[in-house]
Amino acid sequence: MFRLVENSATDTVTLRIEDREYAVPAGISVAAAVLLCGVDKVRTTPVTDSPRLPYCMMGICFDCLMRIDGVPNQQACQVEVAQNMTIEYQQGAAELLQQE
Amino acid sequence: MKSHYQLVVIGAGPAGLAAAAEAARLGIDVALVDEQKAPGGQIYRNVSAAGDRVKNYLGKDYLRGKRLVDEFLQSGATYISNAPVWYLDERLESGILLDGASHFISADRLLLATGAQERPMPLPGWQLPGVMTAGAGQILLKSAAMIPTGRLVLAGAGPLLLLIAWQYLQTGVKIDAIIDTAPGSGLFETLPRLARALPALDYLLKGLSFMLAIKKAGIPVYKAIDNLRVEGRESIESVHFSTARGKSSTEIGIEADTLLLHQGVIPNIRLPLAAGCKVEWDTQQQSWRVAKDIWGQSSVDQVLVAGDCAGIVGARAGELQGRLCALESAHQLQKIDLEQRDRAARGIKSSLRRHLSIRPFLDVLYAPSQAYQLPQDDTLVCRCEEVNAGQIREAVRMGCVGPNQVKAFTRCGMGPCQGSQCASTVAALVADETGASMEQVGYFRVRPPFKPITLGELADT
Repeated sequence: MFRLVENSATDTVTLRIEDREYAVPAGISVAAAVLLCGVDKVRTTPVTDSPRLPYCMMGICFDCLMRIDGVPNQQACQVEVAQNMTIEYQQGAAELLQQE
Repeated sequence: MKSHYQLVVIGAGPAGLAAAAEAARLGIDVALVDEQKAPGGQIYRNVSAAGDRVKNYLGKDYLRGKRLVDEFLQSGATYISNAPVWYLDERLESGILLDGASHFISADRLLLATGAQERPMPLPGWQLPGVMTAGAGQILLKSAAMIPTGRLVLAGAGPLLLLIAWQYLQTGVKIDAIIDTAPGSGLFETLPRLARALPALDYLLKGLSFMLAIKKAGIPVYKAIDNLRVEGRESIESVHFSTARGKSSTEIGIEADTLLLHQGVIPNIRLPLAAGCKVEWDTQQQSWRVAKDIWGQSSVDQVLVAGDCAGIVGARAGELQGRLCALESAHQLQKIDLEQRDRAARGIKSSLRRHLSIRPFLDVLYAPSQAYQLPQDDTLVCRCEEVNAGQIREAVRMGCVGPNQVKAFTRCGMGPCQGSQCASTVAALVADETGASMEQVGYFRVRPPFKPITLGELADT
């Protein structure tokens, strides 16, 4: 998927994506972190339950919606990573049904 | 942050930065609102933090943005960052989200510098994980120093595609193939032939140097292609297309982990529409743009527009338009008289003419291909609500004569992106089916909230 240009020393933060912990460079967006960690999706779609990854990275397409620190519908490309952040997939419409 | 300013500028790209800096210098009480954490917009994203790590491969033009950012930061203009605009109405009140709460800011004059977005390129499989825009690849490079691993294919047309290819080559990324979708004879033939005829020579030389670098690197470039599509189950597996040689056509498939798509940029007009600005269809650029005069005055009295949202002009011209807007605002707000405005504008206008001289050539060279304006029936058009071209055509045949009706019947454009990825395709499909012009067909109605907002943020207003 993606890697850093060079492994020069940068500050990192530790965060959790679903069940796994990752160390990522500080200051990058959640969407960039997801791509760097090689996660296979950010969400599944409400209509056909299909997987999606970030598409535009500039806040236009809304394809990177995730649940970040418990709040759903966050544009992952517009949110900066933070220490101990909890990031989860957003699961289409199924999530609402499960909540019932 | 106050609740009222003489001038509120939205967007911290070249046009907005130059406008705010110039306005502050002219004695206007000005605030610049932007959703990113640092000034620069998309083109100069992260430029003030760009260290040695990225300097070498992002190029001179990118680093030039630092001067503009510094000029703005030292100008005395109020800078409100990390603040997406979720609301805007015809009374010129902007609702912004900041630190978990919504705030309303009013203004005597509003300057919209909302820039551009990439032109959607709907083709079969473009929604699969692993397919992104070329702009997304560039943002990852600028803001996170990230580059693709695995097999990489670039497809489309336009200066940005060449630029990202060149930048990736500087970083040592291997590009497996470039698929040139430019119609006509293709950019690799057209550009060298027309080079001598144009005044903005620096732009041309830059384009040429990128192409030479691509050639030298030995990257396979496929031209005059057809039926571009992506295949894969849970993510991209391969890219397919056919090439025509004479009467025979060959099917080509390339295995890929990442595909970056690009076919130029189009104005980002949603906030201008919300402010009530008139938009017009630009036949040459095949996109809607906000109508304005040379000073950036829109059809709404207190609203000015600068940069790519009023027709694609590029970073340098956008910056100059921003400065003209600031002069006009200063005149309207009685900081300077007409003669002072015109005198200060003279040099800016002549520079602007030079930077605009390249556009007609680029517009023809990189005209978007018809194939992605009118996709085949099973291609997804609306990525949010997952509506395909066939469903839209059917809705039109059932009597939907405009985008808003198509939206009501199919949910196309009703998702969170509010049509940013499908509006131009829906309008083109409606126009094609009904025989109406794009101007007659029109655009989706935009409505706040433009960004997701929680009830808590709204209640905190």
